[in-house]
Amino acid sequence: MKKISLAVAAVATMVSSSVVSAYADPVDDKLVIDGQEMITRAPAPEGHPFKEVLSGWLFREPETRELEADSFQNSGMLYVERGQEIWNTVEGSKGKSCASCHNDAAESMKGISAHYPKWDADAKRPINIELQIDKCRTQNMGAEAYKFDAPEQKALTTFIKYQSLGAPVKLDLKQGEMQSWWDRGKKEYYTRTGQLNLACASCHEASMGKHIRADHLSQGQANGFPTYRLKQADMVSLHNRLRGCIRDTRAEMPKPFSDELMALEVYVTWRGTGLSVETPAVRQ
Amino acid sequence: MAAKPKPRVKVPKTAKAGETIVIKTLISHKMESGQRKDKEGKIIPRKIINKFTCEFNGEPVFSCDMDPAISANPYFEFRAKVPESGMFKFSWVDDDGSVYTDEQKIEVS
Amino acid sequence: MNLNRRQALALSAGAVAFATTGFTALPANAAAEETAKRITEFAGGKEPGTGKITLTAPEIAENGNTVPISVKVESAMSGDDMVESVLILADGNPNPDVATFNFTAMSGVAEATTRMRLAKTQTVYAVAKMADGSTFVDKKEVKVTIGGCGG
Ligand code: HEC
Ligand code: HEC
Repeated sequence: MKKISLAVAAVATMVSSSVVSAYADPVDDKLVIDGQEMITRAPAPEGHPFKEVLSGWLFREPETRELEADSFQNSGMLYVERGQEIWNTVEGSKGKSCASCHNDAAESMKGISAHYPKWDADAKRPINIELQIDKCRTQNMGAEAYKFDAPEQKALTTFIKYQSLGAPVKLDLKQGEMQSWWDRGKKEYYTRTGQLNLACASCHEASMGKHIRADHLSQGQANGFPTYRLKQADMVSLHNRLRGCIRDTRAEMPKPFSDELMALEVYVTWRGTGLSVETPAVRQ
Repeated sequence: MAAKPKPRVKVPKTAKAGETIVIKTLISHKMESGQRKDKEGKIIPRKIINKFTCEFNGEPVFSCDMDPAISANPYFEFRAKVPESGMFKFSWVDDDGSVYTDEQKIEVS
Repeated sequence: MNLNRRQALALSAGAVAFATTGFTALPANAAAEETAKRITEFAGGKEPGTGKITLTAPEIAENGNTVPISVKVESAMSGDDMVESVLILADGNPNPDVATFNFTAMSGVAEATTRMRLAKTQTVYAVAKMADGSTFVDKKEVKVTIGGCGG
């Protein structure tokens, strides 16, 4: 079946005049979620290749945009609710839940995700929300770290990030050695890899706004993660997505939470400075 | 999601007598089509929600019979004409016989 | 640093292999015939009329796994002028059946929205059956596109 569809696609692409088609503008539309307007366009920070940073939402078709704009229709909200249950569930040898220490997440977690990844002085590296959750589970609850992309990890991360919905992304690169991780991430972003010899920038910078077949190429922003993807009908974590993008260039996929991907997360998140946290965003 | 399917329902809290209101429902469910194969190439058995119903004070309002072509996390949006205050009852029937339910009150003036 | 043609071709070919969502398509004719048969059965052996029913679906679905569709049927929803049910079919899926909406006088308006799976570009049909047995059909072609890449 796969072989057949590959052959069909090859023929189809040869017939169609071009695979990467002409530039199309992102839409001029406002994203309002439950009465709160999201920042989907923001002036780029200094040293950014673009003048304006743009949310991936602006590149999606109307039906997909509508799914994100209506917090009821957005299936990602099912995971927010699941995350809330986990937040309140006692686990581990110390008999504690997240709520035992952090009480109401709507207050204690409000806005914090807009500043992740942040420097972890103990680990001496940047950590994201997933790693912070594992840290609290292992050190404060006597529970095990989650397996990468365990449904609970995705739900709890989605729930915590959702508490920052609307807050503009802003990293503090002055913490610890954040700047050197940013430098490393930037280098990765512009390095061509894989059999196809492509860098992140080949698609999300040089070809931004063009179509690869059906996909309207966005700036590849991280502000909506974990995102609800229609393709999987499930939440997709940032590291899963980054690995997918790397795989598509036919390169070796780095491990989740590896130094390589953490550096990339720092840099890619910075490229979205000023955009609202959109978790759970809806993407195709 | 491994957790038990959880319904979400959106019904206005109040309405005028005879008004037609909009109801939205969503439930977490994989809707396994019975067409997919696992890593060993074996068909993953079908497991979907095959019926959704909405009743108001015991009277049928809307229902839907579903086939595997309905997307994961089934979503419905439909209308209801509310003559009086009362209770909406929603139910989703799984292939394995489980029934998931939810109820919502509405005040009609 | 632009994508060149060779890179883009390789990417789109790869994407197809990854895009298999487990919802395979039947050969075109078999599915279309099956769909025509279902419509005739539902309409009690007659040809359904046109008008009265409107099916709304995107012209292009960004992903075939989740395609929003809506139907609306003009009707007073009382007495004889009453929509009983609406059958939804898709002529390029492994099985044309999608769903049947059942309405009552309590529905107030015969209008409903759901989300469906489409294995490939195909035509979606909505057939309304009225209390007096008359039937009406509307259809929309939905293009299901293959994503370029990006996991
Ligand atoms: C025994 C108490 C305890 C438990 C239980 C606990 N935490 Fe924490 N958590 C802490 C402490 C202490 C900190 C560090 C406080 C600080 O420096 O801001 C922290 C920090 C955090 C932060 C970072 C906050 C910020 O401002 O960046 C997050 C996110 C977090 N915890 C999530 C969780 C989650 C999710 C759970 C449940 C899986 C959990 N915690 C369970 C004590 C706890
Ligand atoms: C061959 C082209 C290509 C390359 C190379 C590529 N991507 Fe992507 N990426 C895509 C496509 C296509 C999408 C989906 C459409 C979109 O949002 O642009 C996507 C989506 C994304 C998204 C999700 C955007 C959102 O709004 O949810 C992120 C983040 C991303 N890419 C990051 C990266 C990073 C980091 C790299 C380098 C490691 C990379 N991509 C390399 C094609 C590419």
